[in-house]
Amino acid sequence: MSRSAFTRRMIVAGLASAAALPMAQSALAQAGASAPVTIGFITTLSTPAGYIGEDIRAGFQLALTDGKLGGVPVNLAIEDDALKPANAKQAADRLIQSGVKLFTGVNFSNVLAAVVPGVLESGGYYVSLNPGPSSFAGERCHRNYFVASYQNDAFHEAAGLSANRLGYKRVALLAPNYQAGRDALEGFKRTFKGEIVSEIYTKLDQTDFSVELARVRSLAPEAIYQFHPGGAGINFAKQYANAGLGKSIPMLIPAFSMDAHMVGATGDAADGIYASALWTPEATSPASKAFVEAFRKAYSRTPTMYAQQAYDTANLIGSALKAVNGDLGKQDEFRKALRAAQFTAVRGKFSFGPNQHPVQDYYLMKFEKRPSGEIVQTIVRKIAEDYGDAYAAQCKLN
Amino acid sequence: MILFVEQALNGLQYGSMLFLLASGLTLIFGIMGVINLTHGAFYMVGAYSAAFAVLSTGSFLVGIAAALLGAGLYAVLVEVAVVQWLYRRDHLYQVLATLGLILFTNEAVSMIFGRRPPLMDIPPFLQGSIPLLPGLDYPLMRIAFIVTGALVAIGLWALVNHTRVGMLIRAGADDREMVDALGIDIRRLYTLVFGLGGALCGLAGVMAAPLLAIEIGMGERVLITTFVVIVIGGVGSVRGALVGALLVGMVDSLGRAYIPQLLQLSLPASAADTLGAGLVSASIYVLMAIVLLVRPNGLLPARR
Repeated sequence: MSRSAFTRRMIVAGLASAAALPMAQSALAQAGASAPVTIGFITTLSTPAGYIGEDIRAGFQLALTDGKLGGVPVNLAIEDDALKPANAKQAADRLIQSGVKLFTGVNFSNVLAAVVPGVLESGGYYVSLNPGPSSFAGERCHRNYFVASYQNDAFHEAAGLSANRLGYKRVALLAPNYQAGRDALEGFKRTFKGEIVSEIYTKLDQTDFSVELARVRSLAPEAIYQFHPGGAGINFAKQYANAGLGKSIPMLIPAFSMDAHMVGATGDAADGIYASALWTPEATSPASKAFVEAFRKAYSRTPTMYAQQAYDTANLIGSALKAVNGDLGKQDEFRKALRAAQFTAVRGKFSFGPNQHPVQDYYLMKFEKRPSGEIVQTIVRKIAEDYGDAYAAQCKLN
Repeated sequence: MILFVEQALNGLQYGSMLFLLASGLTLIFGIMGVINLTHGAFYMVGAYSAAFAVLSTGSFLVGIAAALLGAGLYAVLVEVAVVQWLYRRDHLYQVLATLGLILFTNEAVSMIFGRRPPLMDIPPFLQGSIPLLPGLDYPLMRIAFIVTGALVAIGLWALVNHTRVGMLIRAGADDREMVDALGIDIRRLYTLVFGLGGALCGLAGVMAAPLLAIEIGMGERVLITTFVVIVIGGVGSVRGALVGALLVGMVDSLGRAYIPQLLQLSLPASAADTLGAGLVSASIYVLMAIVLLVRPNGLLPARR
């Protein structure tokens, strides 16, 4: 009984998709010259992390001129995922059914994991503007999946290289006890040459770190590497300074543990923190200066790295749309144009590795207090040049 | 040894914060029988009110006043506008309504104050550390937190045991129909207790604000732990809330400090770290389970 209902449903579904197919194709054909290309833009706009989504959206929209990206009119279908993978998946399925072929916007690795497989199965493209989880970087890489930000581990590997460069021999590691936290510490350990004094795992929703800080003091490492995103990162930095540890034991972090918003809420406690990063609003390249100025003018705030990545991603997509004149039906050409990455990245050098993840330069940066009292992130030195990621070799594309 | 004392102080400080939150919650639960999930939101409102008062006036004392007033008044508003109508309803209605209020409060706060978490510095007179023992410097702000918790405990004890309002609160917890029948306006008492609970949350908010991030949703993080505290202590009992808060604070802090290290003595490092982290996360729930097995009504339940 249930089996026959099941097969009946399958037949209906099959008929429905068969009926939808010609429609989708005609929609694609129409998209050719004048009709705008719809970009599915699923991001996190509500919840405490909503400011990240706002910055991503703002950065992406800043790259549009008169609603055009690379001279091709585009239409952003913006959806809020509220940081829930299920919401994002639903929104993506809805957009896929309405014929959308190009997606971006997702902000968190766990949400990305829910969106990407469906998009790729439908023959669509996904260009990531922030997360680059290891799961899609190695064997499961895909010719229609591009990451224009960074591979997650590479950030932490660069931090390990930074610790080597800073001459630290004994380092204590702290991260929340969940996948990204453990990955962060693994990435750091992959490149760090000194001794790991201790790996301290905190609770995911922890707000007070006094216990861990007391332990750090008793361990007396030369430095700590900690990864706590969002509010936990603010708490950690404030309490670290308050406990008087900031002066005696330097702190090294990945840049997203202290973005421009967080610096505002952390205040002077951010002074002196080292970060591994791709870009800073203080960068002096003309592209970066122009971007920061335009962003400040449009939104009266300083862009975070998320806004910069979204802006770069938009320009990358723009360069590929231009190459095919907005016709996503020209699949090979579109892919080739994306892979070529012919655009001026705000962060500087940018190209794709064999797994379509970035090969780029990582920097060691330091948060420093200006005489005006403002805390800024300044470049100490380049730490890794043309750095890819550890998974590229496992990817068998082409 | 010094490290142990420091970790115990950390436990005391955490317990102190939990007590400020749990004492109001337990009174509301015990007296009105309302499951108030909005309680964490009062804490957030207090922290935001304090941060913006401090940002505009520069005075921490004004911040304290703003937190008490902001959170207290908001609690009264919530009681009068929503919760009041649900006393006779099932717990499910109360849970749904107060859950909705959490979402409402979060959005309202982000619309009024913006999404950017505000910065609140430690006030100058509480900055730095003082030597408690040779080799042990403890941050003044955290000591102030412990002292605040102790003062509130004494104050609540005096209020509940030695004032007319306290007498009514105790009577209301025991038998609310009888109090009503004796001609006491129980509605007003309920509103008052709600406001008091809110003000205590506000106090927790203003004391926590310089140490923690002030952000949307900060209340929900502490809410579950606060419920654990009142379940352990016994619903409706302020003494229970005090004992529960100290117990949970200590178990959490000392567990975080020593469980991973103890495991490292017997297991390889990587396994010990993972297992330890899991045990640490579970420690207060294990405590709750043990307490409930031995004393199903909590350690010091209100007399019935």
